[in-house]
Amino acid sequence: MKSRVPSLILGRLLIALVTLTIVSFAVFFATTMLPGDTAMILLGQSATPEAVAGLRAAMHLDEPALLRFLYWIGGLFQGDLGTSYANQMPVTTLIADRLANTLKLAGLTTLVTVPLALTLGITAAMWRGTLYDRIVTIATIGVISVPEFVLATLAVLVFAVYLKWLPALSFTYQVDSFSGLLRVYAMPVITLTFVVSAQMIRMSRAAVIETLNTPYVEMALLKGASRPRMVLRHALPNALGPIANAVALSLSYLVGGVIIVETIFNYPGIAKLMVDGVSTRDLPLIQSCAMIFCFGYLLLITTADIVAILSNPRLR
Amino acid sequence: MKTYSPTGILAARSGYRINLVGLVSFFVVLFWALVALFAPYIAPHSVGEMVDLDYFGPMRPGLWLGSDYLGRDMLSRVIFGARYTVGISLAAVSIACFTGVVLGMTSAVLRGPVDMVVSRLLDALNSIPSKLFGLMVVAAVGSSIPVLILTLSVIYVPGAYRFSRALAVNIDTMDFVMVARIRGEKLPYLIGSEILPNILGPVLADLGLRFVFIVLLLSGLSFLGLGVQPPYADWGALVRENIGGLPFAAPAVIVPSLAIATLTISVNLLIDNLPQKIRDRSAS
Repeated sequence: MKSRVPSLILGRLLIALVTLTIVSFAVFFATTMLPGDTAMILLGQSATPEAVAGLRAAMHLDEPALLRFLYWIGGLFQGDLGTSYANQMPVTTLIADRLANTLKLAGLTTLVTVPLALTLGITAAMWRGTLYDRIVTIATIGVISVPEFVLATLAVLVFAVYLKWLPALSFTYQVDSFSGLLRVYAMPVITLTFVVSAQMIRMSRAAVIETLNTPYVEMALLKGASRPRMVLRHALPNALGPIANAVALSLSYLVGGVIIVETIFNYPGIAKLMVDGVSTRDLPLIQSCAMIFCFGYLLLITTADIVAILSNPRLR
Repeated sequence: MKTYSPTGILAARSGYRINLVGLVSFFVVLFWALVALFAPYIAPHSVGEMVDLDYFGPMRPGLWLGSDYLGRDMLSRVIFGARYTVGISLAAVSIACFTGVVLGMTSAVLRGPVDMVVSRLLDALNSIPSKLFGLMVVAAVGSSIPVLILTLSVIYVPGAYRFSRALAVNIDTMDFVMVARIRGEKLPYLIGSEILPNILGPVLADLGLRFVFIVLLLSGLSFLGLGVQPPYADWGALVRENIGGLPFAAPAVIVPSLAIATLTISVNLLIDNLPQKIRDRSAS
């Protein structure tokens, strides 16, 4: 029998590519519909009409929007993200360090979240219906239904104000020692961990419970296997695909979480840069940051889909 | 879903039984709805009036929830904040669900190319992270209440569409829809009188969930300073302007956070504990 997996994956990648094109279209046109003349904004009020006309020609502003869109996309591929309106620096330089910082934050959160959330999710499914399971379920519903900044506020209240373990806001960026590292990253990572792990616990619990409802697990129960053995030996290997899917999908909540967390904790990442860009209406900066975020988001979602395809033995 | 136990049959017969958690969360939701509705009659002070000489004052008689960063009465500000948070979210969720459900049912009934195109476009819209979408719109056109309502509803149309389309596709295969088709009924009758009544329960439950998402996103945007603009303030904006009180645990920053949490958690719990008859209407 011929495998359908390659064609399915190819189809999924193609959809992602089409979506990315539509998204970049949307990003570009949403930000170019703005009132106001870009050349005028760049040169300031006192610019001569000749200078404005010259810059307009140099920036291709006179040409139709579709052509400008193509120039912009072309620039993206060559690593040229344009020039920031606010401080005349190339966006690439502004973004480089910030992106690394955000990736560090996301990476650390992932390292903490994945083992924690999977343990909680799988054990909750293992002892489904017990008090433990109910506490985990209610706690995750609580965390999911609360905005990220409320979680951050509560985390600061508990760890910084009452327990006094950590500073409330990380203004120092001395990461030369372990304690320094802890100080800068602790609060943001704690908050993000809450946001992401609530989703991950919920999805992985659901994934394991779904396999627990299959006939072969019932068979294992009937032959007298213990509960942990039934879950770990019989159910879990088959739930690995859905669980990996859940992990990738819940990591996409990092995108929204990071925007809030970087703002509240003053973390010098790319989301903070973008929020600042919105208040100064720095369009090239916003466009580039938006594209980076959409790309990351699509990457995670597509990975989740591909993992789901790969792990489904019926498609092989 | 079929239950064969005697108690199950009993519960199914009485139909609309609701448990304690559902009841409590229902009253919390009702409480906030009434607060939002009658805000001008229950607020003890005017929203802008400075009534306390101190800022970030503690809770005490007369200023039951303390004062904010300018010495204004926090209780009145939270009461009026309810208007913006609940009002904007309600308007946005109504537009989002109406549009999404009508499009979803239409796609399910018409099928073919219409379904293809609408589904693809809305899927693409769905793959822009919601907060990012909000940020971009605010950057492009500035923030005002109508813009916020419209943006929030656009963001949540794809979800409502997908959900109602999936339900409507199931109903569409049933005989009575076929009969109506053969009778020569037009699209508005098909979606309004044949399909909608059969998916109404789950659609309303979905509307509640989407309401929670919208409250979360609106509060998040306001917290970033990109949502409701001063002099108006919703709960997210209240947290933002009083964030300076966080190091000394001022009620001014805790109370609006708790207000958001109680509203969203109780809507979620209410939907989770709705009587089966409402939730599973299409399953029967």
